[in-house]
Amino acid sequence: MFNDFINQFWPSTIDGLAFGSIYALIALGYTMVYGVLRLINFAHSEVFMIGTFGAMFVPFVLGIDSALTGLALVGVIILMILAGMLASAGTAVALERIAYRPLRRRGASRLAALISAIGASIFLQELFALLVIPNLFDRPQQGRIQMGLPRLMERTELFSIFGHSVRVDQVLVIVAALGMMIALDRLVNRTKIGRGIRATAQNPEAAVLMGVDIDKIVRMTFLIGGGMAGVAGALYLISYENTNYLIGFLFGIKAFTAAVLGGIGNLRGALVGGIALGLVENYGAIFFGSDWKHVISFTILVLVLMFRPTGILGESLQQARA
Amino acid sequence: MGDLTGANAGIVIPPRNGAKLAFDEYNKTNPAVKIEMVEYDSQADPSKAVALAQQAIKTDKIVGLVGPAFSGESAQVGPVLEEAKIPSVSASATNVKLAENGWKYWHRVLPNDGVQGPSIADFIVDGAAAKNVFVIDDKSEYGKPLADAVRGQLKTKGATVTDDSLDPAESDFSSVVNKVAAAKPDAIFFGGYYAAGGNLLKQLRDKGVTAKFLSGDGSLDKGLIEGAGAENAEGALVGCPCYIATPDVTDAKVKGFADAYKAAFSADPAIYASEGYDAATVFIEAIKAGKTTAEDINQFISTVDFTGVSKQVKFQPTGEVEAKDIYIYQVKGGVITLLGKAAEAKLG
Repeated sequence: MFNDFINQFWPSTIDGLAFGSIYALIALGYTMVYGVLRLINFAHSEVFMIGTFGAMFVPFVLGIDSALTGLALVGVIILMILAGMLASAGTAVALERIAYRPLRRRGASRLAALISAIGASIFLQELFALLVIPNLFDRPQQGRIQMGLPRLMERTELFSIFGHSVRVDQVLVIVAALGMMIALDRLVNRTKIGRGIRATAQNPEAAVLMGVDIDKIVRMTFLIGGGMAGVAGALYLISYENTNYLIGFLFGIKAFTAAVLGGIGNLRGALVGGIALGLVENYGAIFFGSDWKHVISFTILVLVLMFRPTGILGESLQQARA
Repeated sequence: MGDLTGANAGIVIPPRNGAKLAFDEYNKTNPAVKIEMVEYDSQADPSKAVALAQQAIKTDKIVGLVGPAFSGESAQVGPVLEEAKIPSVSASATNVKLAENGWKYWHRVLPNDGVQGPSIADFIVDGAAAKNVFVIDDKSEYGKPLADAVRGQLKTKGATVTDDSLDPAESDFSSVVNKVAAAKPDAIFFGGYYAAGGNLLKQLRDKGVTAKFLSGDGSLDKGLIEGAGAENAEGALVGCPCYIATPDVTDAKVKGFADAYKAAFSADPAIYASEGYDAATVFIEAIKAGKTTAEDINQFISTVDFTGVSKQVKFQPTGEVEAKDIYIYQVKGGVITLLGKAAEAKLG
């Protein structure tokens, strides 16, 4: 068993990092909305799902069916990421406007918002299965069947670690995800909008008194969180080359777990939690088999929360100094 | 009877077409007694199937039933037909337990799931010459027993077996793939359906795993090739208790069936089409022999023995067909082609 671990350590680490980066990007959306509104946006899983289809739309419209190289490849990847961000951010903002703001205005309880989120989530899944996928992607009667992406990027080996190859798509996912997170960290800590977000997170009433437009800040929060999920969707699609209308479900649960593991409300926590979860899943599977993967990750979550109820890094968007 | 419009209609419409073809051919010969075929769309829902069976018996006064297509509905409809003494012949229900009910009016024209696993295992060791085999299942009611049957027989034959399983709801199988890469097997068997199978196969090939990939009838669908990509799926092997008349067959009888099928439905015969044809032929033979009541037909079925399209059709007292051949199919140039019987096929 220990021998297995040594043999599979490096490939598992690379896969864990790549998948963990995708979890982390989605987790950001949960953590930001929670930080500002104290609300778990359970429809965020569908925001991710729509991001994968937004990205899918680019090669579909361009009619690409074989691998690309050079500038064409870079251009298509950038377009796919942008399309994914647009689709996801648009969905997230619409969700806020239609499913949450009316409730917030009337001072409804957080439980009402939770039900609203679950309803919106089912609505979006069925909307895609029944209307969007059959019509927009020209797949009549096949709304519930997995949709594949033709291979865009050849799986070439970039370099190798101790004889285990690291492929270019894995590096793309990790680098792009880290880049987005650094940009987001800058945005929240260095800009005016970021200051507004932090102020609202700490004390909404005081923020209003100081002239912060709360509705605008909440909208921005959903926009940015949605955009991150869209990047995750595009990166997922490029490396795994398939998606379906239910893809968000497991990712939503895992990313939410990652957000709680890292410390919900904490942006850097989402990164730590996502990558930790990705690694633990893969390492755990080496010892106990892949069927124990989920059991191991949730056992670790419970253990972490027993000893550090606020997660690995703790809640911090509220405590951050303005 | 079967799921003609639901999610799994893709594997019920071909046998329906096969049966329709058989009856049409028979009626065209202007026999003394014509056969009328009535379709019952159960949508694979057992309670719907039972209601339809009662309607068929009481209102339509059927003398025999081709179907039900799936094992679940068969288990519910079986007792109803048994009580009404109506013979049935299924072209696709493969659950082992169906034959253990002591039903006298129930039959099927293909071997059950208990035959498929060991036959595929024999092929892995003998036909594909693999010694070190990695067996993966999808933890489902279908995939797990099939994979376990393969594991058991592989061990009996002295092959080294490594296990793992995956969650078909997931899309990242990297932990499974890393285990396979570390085990360096000669062959991989996956017990599960084609959707997960295609993704698994793609991720294996992306990691540079070149071992032979095998699966069971749940993966016998072009979805496997679409999911993995034609290049990755090339050479993949799939076992099935069904006999599909692929365009390259040489046997005159099978070729005649394939051509007639294509002319009638403008498609190549797909999964269970020839079994559907044979199931219908059982009833046609009975009518030809002058048996027109349900009781007489059932008597006749117990002695029937003719060369069908898929196999020699002869039933055991339990309702199982005598022939126990499992066929191996291989993906070549992006399409599924017949390699041969599991017991005889060899990889060249």
